[in-house]
Amino acid sequence: MSVLVDKNTRVLVQGLGKTGEFHTDKAIAYGTEMVAAVHPSRAGAEAHFEGETDHSGVPGRDDTYSVELPIYATVKEAVAETGATASVVYVPPPFAADAIMESVAAGLELVVAITEGIPVADMIRAKRYLQGTATRLVGPNCPGVITPNECKIGIMPGYIHQRGKIGVVSRSGTLTYEAVHQLTLLELGQTTAIGIGGDPVNGTNFVDCLRMFQDDDETEGVVMIGEIGGTAEEEAAEYVKTEMTKPVAGFIAGTTAPPGKRMGHAGAIVSGGKGTAEAKIAAMKSAGIIVAQTPSDMGEAMVRALG
Amino acid sequence: MKIHEHQAKQLMAARGIPVPLGRVARSVDEAVAAVRPLIEESGNPVVVLKAQIHAGGRGKGTFREHPDVRGVNVITGGIEGGPSAAEEEVRELAQQMLGSTLVTIQTGDEGKKVSRLYVEQGIDIARELYLAVLLDRAASRNIVMASTEGGMEIEKVADETPEKILRAEIDPAIGLAAFQANELAHGLELDGEAAKNFGRFVKALADAAMELDTDLIEINPLVVTGDGHVIALDGKMSFDDNALYRHPDIADMRDETEEDPSELAAKNAGLNYIKLDGTIGCLVNGAGLAMATMDTIKQVGGEPANFLDVGGGATADQVTTAFQIITKDPNVKGIFVNIFGGIMQCDVIATGIVEAVERVGLEVPLVVRLEGTNVQEGKTIIEESGLEVTNADSLRDGAEKILELSA
Repeated sequence: MSVLVDKNTRVLVQGLGKTGEFHTDKAIAYGTEMVAAVHPSRAGAEAHFEGETDHSGVPGRDDTYSVELPIYATVKEAVAETGATASVVYVPPPFAADAIMESVAAGLELVVAITEGIPVADMIRAKRYLQGTATRLVGPNCPGVITPNECKIGIMPGYIHQRGKIGVVSRSGTLTYEAVHQLTLLELGQTTAIGIGGDPVNGTNFVDCLRMFQDDDETEGVVMIGEIGGTAEEEAAEYVKTEMTKPVAGFIAGTTAPPGKRMGHAGAIVSGGKGTAEAKIAAMKSAGIIVAQTPSDMGEAMVRALG
Repeated sequence: MKIHEHQAKQLMAARGIPVPLGRVARSVDEAVAAVRPLIEESGNPVVVLKAQIHAGGRGKGTFREHPDVRGVNVITGGIEGGPSAAEEEVRELAQQMLGSTLVTIQTGDEGKKVSRLYVEQGIDIARELYLAVLLDRAASRNIVMASTEGGMEIEKVADETPEKILRAEIDPAIGLAAFQANELAHGLELDGEAAKNFGRFVKALADAAMELDTDLIEINPLVVTGDGHVIALDGKMSFDDNALYRHPDIADMRDETEEDPSELAAKNAGLNYIKLDGTIGCLVNGAGLAMATMDTIKQVGGEPANFLDVGGGATADQVTTAFQIITKDPNVKGIFVNIFGGIMQCDVIATGIVEAVERVGLEVPLVVRLEGTNVQEGKTIIEESGLEVTNADSLRDGAEKILELSA
C-alpha cells in the first residue's frame, strides 16, 4: 500500500503553460497516468508528449512514449470524459485558488497545488470552500506527492526515489529531496513522499499525513521535516506522542533564522517569539521523535528511530 | 510589505475608520505649518509629533543624536501660549528629529533614520485598548485579537495574562458577525455609545483585512474618548506581498529607504536574500535547504553571513547577481554553494557559477556541493573551468570545508 496516490490514480493537469507542460512530460515519462489537461484557451486541442521513458518510475514499460493528452475548457468536463481522480495545479498565482475550487466542485479526491505565491486571502477562501467536501488538498507552494514506482504528481526529480518502507512529509521541497535521497542510499526507500508546502495556509498538515502513514500497512517509519513559523510541528509532536505507534525521525530548519524575517517561504517566520525552531525541536524530542542535527543526518536519524 | 503609520491611517480613514486628524511632514517647515490648521480644525490646543519609521516602540525610543528627545512627543505649549507657542515647540523638536536616528526596542542598536514626521491632533483619552486583525494559521482564518491592556506589548500580555486576550475568528464567507463584535465589546467592558462605535470599528477593520490583503493590522492603543468615540491612536499595517499586484495604490506606498539595500537589490533580481552578521556567504536553491545550510554552518562552528534562496529556476544572470550581493558584504570570508538539483539542473547552476566568478571575481574561498539532476555534468563544468573551487559531498562536508578554508 501507499498513501494518497498509487497506480490507479488518474491525473489531470490544470494550467498547461510552460511549467505545467514541462512537468506533465516528466510525469508521463515517470509513468504517471496523466489523462487530461484543463486550459481554457487551448480547449479542444491535444497536447503531444513524446520521449524516453524514465525507468526509475513505473516498471515494465517500453523505452519510449508518445501520448496525446486531450485539453478541456473545464475540470468538470475533463472529469466526465476521462474519469480523472486527481488534479495537479500549475495555474499562475492570481488564478490558482480558483483553479483549486474548480477541482473541489468537480468532486476530485485529491488536488495537489504546486503554485507558489498565492495570496493568503485567496487560500483562506479556498480552504473555507473545501470544508465539508471529500476532496483533499495538498499544498500550495509544494513539490507534490510521489509513490515510487506508481505515481508522481509534481515537480520532484523521480530518479532519487526508491520504493520502500518510509513515509516522508515535509514543508520544504529541497529538504524532501535530501531526505528521500538519503533513504534511497540507505536502502530504506519510501512508501509515499508528501510535500505539504511552505505557505501559512495549506490544505494538508503534518497530523493529516502522520495519520495516513500510521494507518498504512507498508509504512514502517516516518520522516517529518518542518521549519520555523506556526505551530504545525508542535501539533504533530502531540499526535505522535498520543496516537502514533510507528517510529518517527525529523528535522527542523531555521535554528539560525532571525526573528521577524520571512525566510523565503511565506510561512517561514518567527513572530512575537512564536514558531521558533527551538520550541519545535523540544516538542518533537519530548514526543520521542529522533531529531537530526543537520539535514545530512536525516536518514541516519530514521535508522536510529527504527531501532 | 510594511507601511508607515500615517499611510495606515490614511487607508483606515478612507474606509470610514475613525483616526485622529493629522498631517505628514518631510521638513521642519511642513511640520510647523501643520500645527495651526490642526488646532483650529480639532479645537484641541494639544498636538502630537510622531517620528515615522517601520518599527514600533517609538514612544519609549530616543534619538542617538538627542538622547532626551523621544520618538513620540505630546506638544502642550498651545494650552497656555496658543498656536504660536505650539508651533515653536514643534519647530524645535522637528529640527532635532528629522535626519536623526531613532533607536527603539524594535530597531536594534543601529536604529532607524527619521525622514518624515506625523503631526496629529491631541485626543482626550479615557481608555486605552488593544485591537489587531491577523492570520491564525491553525484555523486558516483571520482572527480579531482584542485586549483591555492597550499600550502594552501584546506578547507580554499573552505570556503573563493570557485570559486578558479576546479572540474572534472571521469566517471569510460572512465577515465578522454582529454578535462577535458584541461579544468583543462586552469582553472589553464597553457599553452604550462606546460599544456601538467599537462594533462599527472592529467590523470595518475585519473587512479591511480581507479586502486590502493585510497580514497584520494592529491598533495599539485603540482609544475610547471621554464622550464615547473609538479612535485608532496608533496604526500599524503590513501586507501580503503576493497580493500587492491587485493593490497598486498600496504598492506605491513602499518606502525603500526603510529596507536594507542588499535585500532590495536581491528582491528586484527575483532572489530571496536576508543579510546576517556572520562570515560564511551561502547560495542555495530552496528556502528550506537555504535555512538548513545556515543552521549546519552554525552547527559546525561557523556563522552564516546571509540567507539566499535562488529558487527553482535560477538563470546564470541571477546567480551572478547573487554572487555580487554576497561578495559585497565585507564580512564574508568564504562562500558555500549548496544545490540539490531537482528541477534546477546542476549543469545550469555550474555554468552560472563559472560565469559569475569570471564576471565578479573571487577573493575568498569557494566550496560547492552539487547533488541531483545532471550532477556529473555540473561537476565536470566546474573542474574544467580551472576555478579554485573545493568540491563537497554533502551539506555537512561542505559546511566543514568552507569553515576550514575561511579560517
